[in-house]
Amino acid sequence: MIGLIVRRFIQLLLLLLGISFLVFMSMHLAPGDPATVIGGPTATASDLEAIRKDLGLDRPVLVQYVDYLGGILHGDFGYSFQTNQSVSDAIITRFPNTLKLATASMVVAVIIGIIAGILSAMKQNSWIDISSTTFALAGVSIPNFWLGTMLILIFAVNLQWLPVGGLSSPIYTIEGMKQLILPAITLGTASAALIARMCRSAMLEVIKSDYIRTARAKGVKQKSVIWIHALRNAMIPVVTVIGINFGGLLGGTIITEQVFAINGVGRLMIDAIAARDFPVVQGTVLLVAAIFVIVNLIVDIIYAFIDPRISYD
Amino acid sequence: MEQLLQVDNLVTQFRTAKGKLKAVRGISFSVKAEETLCIVGESGCGKSITSLSIMGLLPSNGEISQGSIRLGNEELVGKSDERLREFRGNKMSMIFQEPMTALNPVFTIGFQLREPLRIHKNMTKKEATAKSIDILTKVGISSPEKMLNQYPHELSGGMRQRVMIGMALACEPSLLIADEPTTALDVTIQAQILDLIDTLKSEMGMGVVFVTHDMGVVAEVADRVMVMYAGEVVEVGTVDELFSNPGHPYTKGLLAAVPNVDDVDQDLSIIPGSMPSLDDQITGCRFHSRCPYAMDVCKEKTPPSFKVSGTQEVKCWLQEVDNNGKSTTSSGSGEIKEILSN
Repeated sequence: MIGLIVRRFIQLLLLLLGISFLVFMSMHLAPGDPATVIGGPTATASDLEAIRKDLGLDRPVLVQYVDYLGGILHGDFGYSFQTNQSVSDAIITRFPNTLKLATASMVVAVIIGIIAGILSAMKQNSWIDISSTTFALAGVSIPNFWLGTMLILIFAVNLQWLPVGGLSSPIYTIEGMKQLILPAITLGTASAALIARMCRSAMLEVIKSDYIRTARAKGVKQKSVIWIHALRNAMIPVVTVIGINFGGLLGGTIITEQVFAINGVGRLMIDAIAARDFPVVQGTVLLVAAIFVIVNLIVDIIYAFIDPRISYD
Repeated sequence: MEQLLQVDNLVTQFRTAKGKLKAVRGISFSVKAEETLCIVGESGCGKSITSLSIMGLLPSNGEISQGSIRLGNEELVGKSDERLREFRGNKMSMIFQEPMTALNPVFTIGFQLREPLRIHKNMTKKEATAKSIDILTKVGISSPEKMLNQYPHELSGGMRQRVMIGMALACEPSLLIADEPTTALDVTIQAQILDLIDTLKSEMGMGVVFVTHDMGVVAEVADRVMVMYAGEVVEVGTVDELFSNPGHPYTKGLLAAVPNVDDVDQDLSIIPGSMPSLDDQITGCRFHSRCPYAMDVCKEKTPPSFKVSGTQEVKCWLQEVDNNGKSTTSSGSGEIKEILSN
């Protein structure tokens, strides 16, 4: 197990190195100049030159990259061209909102997905099954900016049950919870649908297996047959989907944050891309990539707990 | 001795796209305590469905549409699944063909062994663990404490089948149903498992229903034998009667198909044709199209069961001819000798 974690950590470092290079190069090679954004429409050519010199953008790209890497090794991810705030501070202040949103969405997705999946597998071809598979199909098909807008329209504007947007109140307050509900549903629906489909097919597969018949032959109660004997076996493929989705959710909060005016990493990234704010873009992309790898490592560790046949030694 | 298991006129059918099809067609039999009844027949003859019907473990599209199954004084047919659950693993148990897949891969042997004890005997975890160690010792496991913490994938097939047997017998049931428990095992392990079942049967005074298609196994374990063909019982008798004086042409065919180790030049006899499928409409005897002795009456009328002795019954018109004075019983054994010598 420790070997696995060490191996993955080395992989993570190599991956981040590669990603940082790609992002750095693509930002510098892409059209658009941060100096013109900062200087504004009235800036003269010498103004722009001064800004570039000030930001260090006049040096060769590779030199800038090596300089950037050197900074990272000291924990310095650079400073925002726009606000001069340090990139790590900018991310640290916004990341909790993104994490809250992604976690709440995942909780919604896992609860709805697993329950819907199990019920539809247990009552195959019943109305429960049909409505749950229809929901799953709709869930993956509906774009989340549309779903978010509709939810705001119905529950915030018309019914006025929930706030329109923002995520400023702390999570443990009623207001904070209320603010999370609509964004979490918006972001979690597609994942819930995927989890439900995976869970249904895995359960259908598992309940046909010999060991389920053995459990019933022992006189195990139907409920325990499903929730203990079958579910744990069916969870192996489901956990994979949950892991991949959670990584995706953390990186994919951009649209939902935009729709619900949530000040998270997604919005930070979008604003930075628009303003050619290179250090912020690089920092946020590296964060998302690192999270993806770490979540996948956690999934691999969970596998070993669910299925004793999986060993990393 | 009083019957432990009494099955009368059992009909089990399946809902399929082709309508309701009968897999078991009105069979009756009984098992006493400390007796082993072997159910033999080809794949698809209904022997496994019969055992699943008794256990109440039919697939969701299967149902018992007629008949009665009595275990001791309790009628099982018509009981709710929840009531039957109290019998399963407690008063009647079942072991299956595939020890490699019959144990849950994600739980320890200890968890799976304690389960029936905790459910049916309301034991605490500690009591159930102690009992589990007892059981594993009984089924011939040398280091039971260690095995409790192992997972099925860490054990060999023979070990897993021992664990399965231990699990089935944990609550000391009065009836054990063994559905081809040795088919998937090596021959040497087979003999050990058969011995084990036999020993435990006498120790615990259980009745055993042993489903198999292996005549060698039948000779080894059976007190009585019931031969099934296409959902019906075609012959039942003691193991001696069946081997020395088989009455039904199908039984003779099965016996003739057993290889003989002493005869290296032997050509194995086969029963021509194959088992009819569930939706085949057959008039008369269900075996007539494959029977070397089929007469006109066999194609028209279903034969009743003819009593050959106090313990042997044969469902074949040839037996009626017998009763009318012609000695086809001896010619019957003549035939089998003939088949064997071919």
